[in-house]
Amino acid sequence: MLPGWLIIGASFAYLLLLFAVAYFGDRRADAGRSIIDNPWVFSLSLAVYCTAWTYFGSVGRAASGGPWFLPTYLGPTLGLTLAWLVVLKMIRIARSYRVTSIADFVASRYGKSHLLGGLVTLIAVVGIVPYIALQLKAISSGYALLIGEHDSLFRIESQAGWWQDGTLYIALTLAAFTVLFGTRHLDTTERHEGMVAAIAFESVVKLLAFLAVGIYVTYWLYDGFGDLYARAAAVPELHNLLAFDGAGRLGYGGWFAHVLLAMLSIIFLPRQFQIAVVENVNEQHLRRATWVFPAYLLAINIFVIPVAIGGLLHFGRGTVDPDTFVLTLPLAHDQAALALLVFIGGLSAATGMVIVEAIALSTMVCNDLVMPMLLRSRRLDLARERDLTGLLLGIRRGAIVGLLLLGYLYFRLAGEAYALVSIGLISFAAVAQFAPVVIGGMYWRGGTREGALAGLLAGFAVWVYTLLLPSFAKSGWLDPAFLEQGAFGLGWLVPERLFGLTGLDNISHALFWSLVANIGSYVAVSMMRAPTGAEATQAALFVDVFRRGDAPPASFWRTGAEAGELLPLVARFLGQRRTEEAFGAYARSHGLQDASQLKSDPELVHFAETLLAGAIGGASARVMVSTVVQEEPLGLGEVMDILDEASQVRAYSHKLEEKSRALEAATAELRAANVRLQELDRLKDDFMSSVTHELRTPLTSIRALSEMMLDDPEIDVEDRQRFLGIIVSETVRLSRLVNQVLDMAKIESGHAEWHNTDIDLCELVQHSADATLQLFRDRGAELHLHLPASAPSLRADHDRLLQVMINLLSNAAKFVPAGSGRVDVTLRCEGGSARVDVKDNGPGIEPAQQPVVFEKFRQGGDERSRPQGTGLGLPISRQIVEHFGGRLWLESVPGEGATFSFELPLASAAAHE
Amino acid sequence: MRKGLAGQRLVAVFIAGMLLLNYPVLSLFDRPLVVFGLPLLHVYLFSVWLGLIGVVAWIVERGAR
Repeated sequence: MLPGWLIIGASFAYLLLLFAVAYFGDRRADAGRSIIDNPWVFSLSLAVYCTAWTYFGSVGRAASGGPWFLPTYLGPTLGLTLAWLVVLKMIRIARSYRVTSIADFVASRYGKSHLLGGLVTLIAVVGIVPYIALQLKAISSGYALLIGEHDSLFRIESQAGWWQDGTLYIALTLAAFTVLFGTRHLDTTERHEGMVAAIAFESVVKLLAFLAVGIYVTYWLYDGFGDLYARAAAVPELHNLLAFDGAGRLGYGGWFAHVLLAMLSIIFLPRQFQIAVVENVNEQHLRRATWVFPAYLLAINIFVIPVAIGGLLHFGRGTVDPDTFVLTLPLAHDQAALALLVFIGGLSAATGMVIVEAIALSTMVCNDLVMPMLLRSRRLDLARERDLTGLLLGIRRGAIVGLLLLGYLYFRLAGEAYALVSIGLISFAAVAQFAPVVIGGMYWRGGTREGALAGLLAGFAVWVYTLLLPSFAKSGWLDPAFLEQGAFGLGWLVPERLFGLTGLDNISHALFWSLVANIGSYVAVSMMRAPTGAEATQAALFVDVFRRGDAPPASFWRTGAEAGELLPLVARFLGQRRTEEAFGAYARSHGLQDASQLKSDPELVHFAETLLAGAIGGASARVMVSTVVQEEPLGLGEVMDILDEASQVRAYSHKLEEKSRALEAATAELRAANVRLQELDRLKDDFMSSVTHELRTPLTSIRALSEMMLDDPEIDVEDRQRFLGIIVSETVRLSRLVNQVLDMAKIESGHAEWHNTDIDLCELVQHSADATLQLFRDRGAELHLHLPASAPSLRADHDRLLQVMINLLSNAAKFVPAGSGRVDVTLRCEGGSARVDVKDNGPGIEPAQQPVVFEKFRQGGDERSRPQGTGLGLPISRQIVEHFGGRLWLESVPGEGATFSFELPLASAAAHE
Repeated sequence: MRKGLAGQRLVAVFIAGMLLLNYPVLSLFDRPLVVFGLPLLHVYLFSVWLGLIGVVAWIVERGAR
């Protein structure tokens, strides 16, 4: 038995010591010589994870389930091996974007959504307040045990009114302590160096106290581990402590679920996030913490089973609550001093948890619940000029006191109820709901605001239904039938056997269903639409935090505000002095004298927003800054351009490739055009030389004959007549040549005139035969026409086609052998086209010569046998036929004559007009 | 170190730990044997735990040099 004043005195002395440590920590921090800038201190402060629930409860769990208290500690050990990947990223994100709580983290990630921040805060408060109540209960029952308010089986007998209840005063004392160290001033980073130092100190105290009672029980009361285990083995009812599943209800699936749950809670419990991420001074500290913190957990658990066995051996099963063994064993052996030390250790565990949790939750409540509402209510706009730091601090202090009073209220209401004693793992399961949206948000760009909302809501709803409501029912606050028959008496809705799932304990069962609902909704709803601009912005910032380096993402505010407006805005929330210091430092880092010289640019706006985010949360900061900065909305496309440097570079290189491909194509075209130009130039030269050559021949003879007649007036009339006849025919030939050249030029340039009429091809062939009749007679050749009775009419230029026919016939007449020549002309109309063949029995044309005859000034046959002609007839004919959509070709076997044929479409000739 | 060898080693340790501390490997040690006067399961759990801490310490402190 200990007198109450001694316990209370010792407790207050301990709290004063904590206060001194915290004060010292803050002083050192202000002096720039931080004591928490040390990996050992960081690792120890992480041990805020070990609360009074684990301090007292581990022994209780070990006493009923053997090794089943271990998953709560194995999970963090395994989880921290991944910390260097996951937690480091969170730290970097929090540092870069001044994220100060897990609600802020989620809200910022999904487009700075107030709604999400509020929901996370709500889940955290609902999940954590009972946990705070549990800490109060631990202190309260510890105190009751020490002062002797119990019977011989250590059952507490006190039933005092609330005003006599020490727990209320404990809660208020803790609230005061938290207010003093958590909200002394507003800090842009939300860091509390003194508080962290105190937490690390508390971790040492609780470890030493637990080791003390462990050593006392193991080596003082008994004779070491071997002795305890040997005695336990001798008692049949203790055998279940030694086997894996002595209690026979959880199974390996449950073991895995508990490991997973603890692994998630080491990151997602608000107090762990606060200590590991927000209060982290140097991310290199995380490296040592990955093994020091698990080692701490190992150390504090070595004596759990021995104490449990010792307690059970001493008291027997079913008498004294095993949760109190660490206190009752020393008390039963009249070791009051040791019991007091153990109580102080438990007080350490409880106060550490309550302080950090209250600070973390109050930040969330202030930044993500109260501030958004105040901003929405527009009251702040009315008081624009007022300094708001006091208001912010007031909200936080109020939130801390409120949270602790809520915890106390829950403690009073719940008492010994199941809903309180089982809250540890239930809380873990609540915060595990943050895992999908946070981890998904750090590694997956596709998550959207609606997806996160749906995931959190679904997970939280399942958690409430499968864990919270059943815990109420077990406490007698709800109809117990609910547990057996499910809501509305539906069998598949039984809360702890949802859809008939059995074989899992209630925690694993709830964890499974809630995470399935959570992840499923998050992913499914996220994939229903593409992220908006704001979401994509934040997603890129979070996912690529390591790639961005320290360069500020300056381009999200596109227009600068007046620098003169930003400073007062920030000062309203942070206080004038701190704001001026921050802006001054910013100005100096940009090579300016002081803040008044700052130019307003997007980077400065971003700086101001980040400062504000530290004080009032990311979502609210954006709203406040946007009151002075007119933000032009960024389209998704623009944001992606700005952000995704990789894709930008990819786009550039893609463009470059396209351009070089286009250049190559253009070069090839130019080269082809050049080749064609050179070809045309050559053709023109050939043409010119051919034309001049063709002109010179008749001119030469005309000139020679004229000169002869001029020089010799005595020439015979007969000769003179003959010469003049030659001159006339040469002149005719000249003019024909000139006409043909002009004709050719017109047709080729497309300036020829076409006079289309309906033509009867039979008449046309007949006409051409009549025109060339004299030619055939002169050569002594026969001309045979093979014409159908009638031919469909064709729309074309009559004179031109006649020109083609006469050209072909006269060519044939020239080449047939003199005296025995025979030319056959055949006209056929079939398959929508008309075809004319002109077949002669001349020498034929060598295959090599065949294409040549259609070239200008190239005549068939050798030089000597070549008959008279301009060499333009066939090229012109081919041009005319092709103009009407037809073709002109030649078939010939040397020695057997040649057949020139042309074909004209009946239908499309008209269309060619 | 994030993407370096140490990071990969830590992930490997995590996988090994999940394997060693869960079904089915864990079930191999759930038998009524006694080592040094202590039950096999308890000795196994604590020694794997200690081993994991030792390996992680070796990895991160080595990388810190």
